[in-house]
Amino acid sequence: MSTQLHAAEPGIFRKYLWSTDHKIISMQYLFTGMVMGLVGGYLAYVFRMQLAFPNRDVPGFGLVTPGKYNALVTMHGTIMIFWVAMPVLVAAFGNFLIPLMIGCDDMAFPRINRLSYQIFFFSTVVLLSSFLVKGGAFGGSWTAYPPLSAKGAYNLTPAGASLWLIAVVLEFVAFLLGGVNFVVTAMNGRAPGMKMYDLPMVVWLIVLASIMFMASVGPLVAGAVMLLFDQTLATGFYDPARGGDPLLWQHLFWFFGHPEVYVVLLPAIGIVADVLAVFARKKLFGYRTILYTAWATAVLSFVVWAHHQFIAGIDPRMANIFSITTLIISIPIAEMVFVYIATLYGGSIRFTTPMLWALAFIAEFLIGGVTGIFLGASGADIYLHDTYFVIAHFHYTFVPIAVIGTFAGLTFWYPKMFGRMMNETLGKIHFWGTIVGFNVVFIPLFITGAAGDQRRVYNYALFPEQARPELQHLRTLSTIGLLVMLASQLPFLFNFIWSLRHGERAEANPWRSNTLEWTVASPPPHGNFAEMPTVYRGPYEYGTPGRSEDYWPQNVPDEVLQRP
Amino acid sequence: MLQRFLTGASSYSHSVDHLIFLVAAIVGFWLLAAEGALFWLMFKFRHREGRGPQYITGEEKHLTRWISIPHSLVILCDIVIIVYAVTVWVNIKQTLPPAGQTVRIYGQQWTWSFQQPGPDGVLDTADDIRTVGELHVRAGTTYHFELVSRDTVHSFSVPAFRLKQDALPGRVITGWFLPTRPGTYDIQCTQMCGLGHALMAARVVVETPQEHAAWLQRASNPSLAAQTVPPATAVAPAIATVAEVRP
Repeated sequence: MSTQLHAAEPGIFRKYLWSTDHKIISMQYLFTGMVMGLVGGYLAYVFRMQLAFPNRDVPGFGLVTPGKYNALVTMHGTIMIFWVAMPVLVAAFGNFLIPLMIGCDDMAFPRINRLSYQIFFFSTVVLLSSFLVKGGAFGGSWTAYPPLSAKGAYNLTPAGASLWLIAVVLEFVAFLLGGVNFVVTAMNGRAPGMKMYDLPMVVWLIVLASIMFMASVGPLVAGAVMLLFDQTLATGFYDPARGGDPLLWQHLFWFFGHPEVYVVLLPAIGIVADVLAVFARKKLFGYRTILYTAWATAVLSFVVWAHHQFIAGIDPRMANIFSITTLIISIPIAEMVFVYIATLYGGSIRFTTPMLWALAFIAEFLIGGVTGIFLGASGADIYLHDTYFVIAHFHYTFVPIAVIGTFAGLTFWYPKMFGRMMNETLGKIHFWGTIVGFNVVFIPLFITGAAGDQRRVYNYALFPEQARPELQHLRTLSTIGLLVMLASQLPFLFNFIWSLRHGERAEANPWRSNTLEWTVASPPPHGNFAEMPTVYRGPYEYGTPGRSEDYWPQNVPDEVLQRP
Repeated sequence: MLQRFLTGASSYSHSVDHLIFLVAAIVGFWLLAAEGALFWLMFKFRHREGRGPQYITGEEKHLTRWISIPHSLVILCDIVIIVYAVTVWVNIKQTLPPAGQTVRIYGQQWTWSFQQPGPDGVLDTADDIRTVGELHVRAGTTYHFELVSRDTVHSFSVPAFRLKQDALPGRVITGWFLPTRPGTYDIQCTQMCGLGHALMAARVVVETPQEHAAWLQRASNPSLAAQTVPPATAVAPAIATVAEVRP
């Protein structure tokens, strides 16, 4: 990486570990997230092996006891959401893309940005250390309902439970700092001429996600502090014997927990929008429609949380209200998906690796979206609640978000991040292996869930209705799918590392894209822009009539305009 | 549809199954339509030499129709689903038909136990029948349950009844079910409740009135009381397994 703006080359430590450069911080988040993704994948491998081949030693782990199983599923959920989806989609892409796409030299608060990553890194260490303490890692599921999570006598992992909670709160602090930075930078750092409606969709949606995160996380931080007090200071906020209420935690958790789904969804659909437009060579079908439906989804997502609690012992009349709001949220989301599909109309579609990921996102997310209706319909949720149907449903949303969306973004911006092209053949092997594997994992789980398989159970031997051999075959099939999916990550990892040095050198704008990050060298130098850009138009002017090129970068002045 | 996966055995199991079928039909249609459109457009507008992209902003009236019409249809489908879902919900969770019998259900780490009236038909008297891991009910009788947790949150789930309800410490949650089909069905705990969550298995035995009367007589006769403790496969090995893994 060149550092023309500095007279002297900073040392390795200052350059890579103590940097305030948004691109370096983005890479720190990206690599931490990728390592945690491997950890989360390994945990999934272990517990799915136990489900397929109960009570046999899992290669690379050993025997899965009930306590270990609980810890495995708890940490898998926690890590994949808070230590993979959040750092990669929000922090890594947000940090890398926002300044480059709005034509700015860095974040508004570079040192807060550095602090954000440092706190995040610390939270990662705290979380992983909980595997090593007495009693092992927390096993009370990622929702951590008290009284189970509040009392060591119930969960038998008192140290693990507190470390889990501390790690989660630290992680929230990190993303609050990051979120403030994203919003302020996008509001104040835009290049001259760039109006809010000229922002690339991915920037808009990361900003919106940051706003949502800030608006939803406060109650949960308060709730987490109360839970920590219950654990360590013997207070009784969630203890009914002393006037507390366990349901309070559930409300605080899900008031955050549901918007959180959209916090990670929005950056992913933003990435998909940008990739779609570039490789369909098409203007987005209704830029404002996407933006308004995203806002509508964001606002509505704050009033649907109790659909996680239909049968939790809340007043049953409340379920009706939340069932209605939950189904209403299907309207903007459906409209958004329609608009994405419509964007392809009249395009000239190139099926590059990033485009395959973007299209797969739409195809797979649709399944996750429609299966949510079963669970939002209160009457049907009585049966399906906490079954594998739920697991299959939300993995059909989270995997498109955190895996498919992430790979769409990574393969698309890799040339900009590292100055090299990735290998397309390996990229396609990785794509097909992951997509086929993913569907083989989760389609069987819709069926086992519909047949009554309950969640978080390490062995169904005690449940004759679930111990039927045909259901066991489906569980085994699902595990085979996971092995295919995990094995398919090897070509990606090889491609990612090999291309860093040996990939074809990337020019500034290999995809012939319009947005500002493609106007600077790959990788961008410190300070990003040698000359600060001026913006003349929106980001999606592809196929404009009367131009010889089928794209029209945002920073190219209007003089070349030859409107018919 | 759900019947193919798991028998229904309560008065409302059919309504839940029908609701799930209705949702499956509606969202199945939308899924196929959307995936069909997606793949058709991918094929039709694939890149070919000599054919450039069209310039479409997506704000033209004749094109937005393609969004606004499905949009209205989605609203319509949502209304149908909401009405049916709420109807089923209100029947199961918000109404309480008169009870023929009341049973108290205790969840605790990691067993379900049950308290039923003895021959006098009144709960909380000396002849109450208490069982662990096995609940005996009479087909055709409406049961009220009072659900209690002694420690953490548990969830009382009888898949064959299409019944699920969390048990919360500090509260008594009342609900109902009407078993219709004699047989023995699983009781699960569906809320993470700690180390033995997967071992918290129990059985509900739905009996004909004659069988139930015979059971009641056996269970309330102290000399035969040993039989009320289930020889069930469920509880005994469960406890043994937990003992093994406890540190």
